[in-house]
Amino acid sequence: MSDQAYNFAYLDEATKRMIRRAILKGLAVPGYQVPFASREMPMPYGWGTGGVQVTAACLTPEDTLKVIDQGADDTTNAVSIRTFFERTAGVATTTQTAQASVIQTRHRIPEEPLRAGQILVYQVPIPEPLRFLEPRESETRKMHALEEYGLMHVKLYEDIARHGEISTAYAYPVRVEGRYVMDPSPIPKFDNPKLGNCPAIQLFGAGREQRIYALPPYCDVVSLDFEDHPFTPSKADHDCDLCGCATSYLDEVITDDQGGRMFVCSDTDFCETRRDAGHRGRLSPEETA
Amino acid sequence: MQSELSGGFTQAPQQAAQAFRACLEAMARPGQVQAIRGAAPPAPLSPAAGAVLLTLVDQAVTLHLAPSHDTPAIRAWVAFHCGAQLVDAEQADFALGTWAALGPIERFAIGTPDYPDRSATLIVEMAAFGAANARLSGPGIASVQEADLPAIPAIQQNHAQFPLGLDFLLCSGAQVFGLPRSTKVEAL
Repeated sequence: MSDQAYNFAYLDEATKRMIRRAILKGLAVPGYQVPFASREMPMPYGWGTGGVQVTAACLTPEDTLKVIDQGADDTTNAVSIRTFFERTAGVATTTQTAQASVIQTRHRIPEEPLRAGQILVYQVPIPEPLRFLEPRESETRKMHALEEYGLMHVKLYEDIARHGEISTAYAYPVRVEGRYVMDPSPIPKFDNPKLGNCPAIQLFGAGREQRIYALPPYCDVVSLDFEDHPFTPSKADHDCDLCGCATSYLDEVITDDQGGRMFVCSDTDFCETRRDAGHRGRLSPEETA
Repeated sequence: MQSELSGGFTQAPQQAAQAFRACLEAMARPGQVQAIRGAAPPAPLSPAAGAVLLTLVDQAVTLHLAPSHDTPAIRAWVAFHCGAQLVDAEQADFALGTWAALGPIERFAIGTPDYPDRSATLIVEMAAFGAANARLSGPGIASVQEADLPAIPAIQQNHAQFPLGLDFLLCSGAQVFGLPRSTKVEAL
C-alpha cells in the first residue's frame, strides 16, 4: 500500500525527467559523469541520496526492488531505503537477487551473476576518481576532456613504491571503453571484474556531488594496472564460516576479546541461499534432527 | 475527438516511468527494438515519438521541430503537454522529425570536450523498421546487433567524434530503438 500523500516514487515528474535525461546521456557516454540538479532527499547526504534519486527515476509499478548495504539486506541503510520505496512507490521488494528487477547497492555487487532486464544502481560518495589527486573541479574536468590520466598511474605507482603492490583495495579506478577513467564507487576491488561485460544496466548516482554516470550492458571495463603489476582481485584467504563458500567476498567479524574471529559472506542473500541448499561452514555444523 | 488537450499520459507518473524504461533499454541496448506506449499524439507524430516527448521533454529543455513535424497541431500539442521552448536546430536539446527533414545533422550541438553531455538528442521518425542495413557493435551489444538505419555515413561520422556527438532515438508506430554516439556502425 503506497503512501497517497506522495507522487509515485516520491520525486515530482519534472525532477524525474531531468534525472532521466542525465541517465540517457550517461549511457551514451559510458563512464562520463553527467552533472544533474540533485534534490534534497529525506535522508542525510552519505546515505544514498544519489542512488535513491536514480532508483526513483527508474522504478515502474511492476518492479521488484532489492536494496543492499555492503552486501547485506538487513542493515539500517538498506532497510530504510527499501521501506521508503515500499511507502512512496508501492513496489514489491525482495531480498533475493534473482527476483529483483532493480537493485540499489551500497558498495557491493551481488555474488549471483546479474541478468539482462536488471538494473543495478550504485550509491556513490565521491564520483570523481581524480578528486584526491586534484581538488579543483575545473582541472579534473579538463583532465577527463584531454584523457590526461597520467596522475592516476603515478598514484598507483607510488602505491607499489611504498607497499610493494597496489594497495588500493576499494574504489579501484577503471577505464571504460578505453576512454574515461571512472570511480566504480567504493566496491571492493574483488568486485571490479564483474563491472565489465555485465548483461545488466549499471547506473551510478552521487547526490551530494550531483553526478550521474552509467555503464551500458556488455561494456568494456578495465581495472588500471601495470604490465609487471597486473590487477588482482583480492579477498580474505578463508572460506565462509557459515556456508563454506570459498569464492565469495568475506566480512571479518570479531567475536570476542581473545582474538576470536569469523569470516562470513558479505552478500547475505547469497550466504542464506547456500545454507538453505545444505552448504555448511566451520561454525554452522550440520543440524541434527 | 482529438484536440491538443488529449493524447497525453492518463496516469503520468506510472506511464512516464514505463516509457522511460523503454527509452533506457533502447539507449542501453542499441538497435534492439522496444515497445513504448501511452501517448496518442496528432499525426504525423508517432505514438512512440509522442511518448518520448512526454517522458523527456519539458519546460527545462529546448526542442526543434523539423519541417516534417512543424505543423500547427503538433506545435499546440507540444506546447500543452511538454511546454518546451521551440528553437532552431543549433540551440536544440531535442529535435523531432524525419531523417530527411532533420538534416544536415551537423547543425546540432555535439557537446564540448568538457561537457559531452551538452549535445542534442534526435528523435527520428521512420515510416517502418525495415530489413537491417547495418551491423552495430560497441557498448550495450553482446556480440553484434543488426538494425535498419536511415543513413549510414552520417551516423559513422557521428560515432567518429566520440565522446562528442548526437544520440538518436528512432521511432516508428509504437516502437523505438536507440543509437547512442558510442555505437560503431558498419554497412551490411
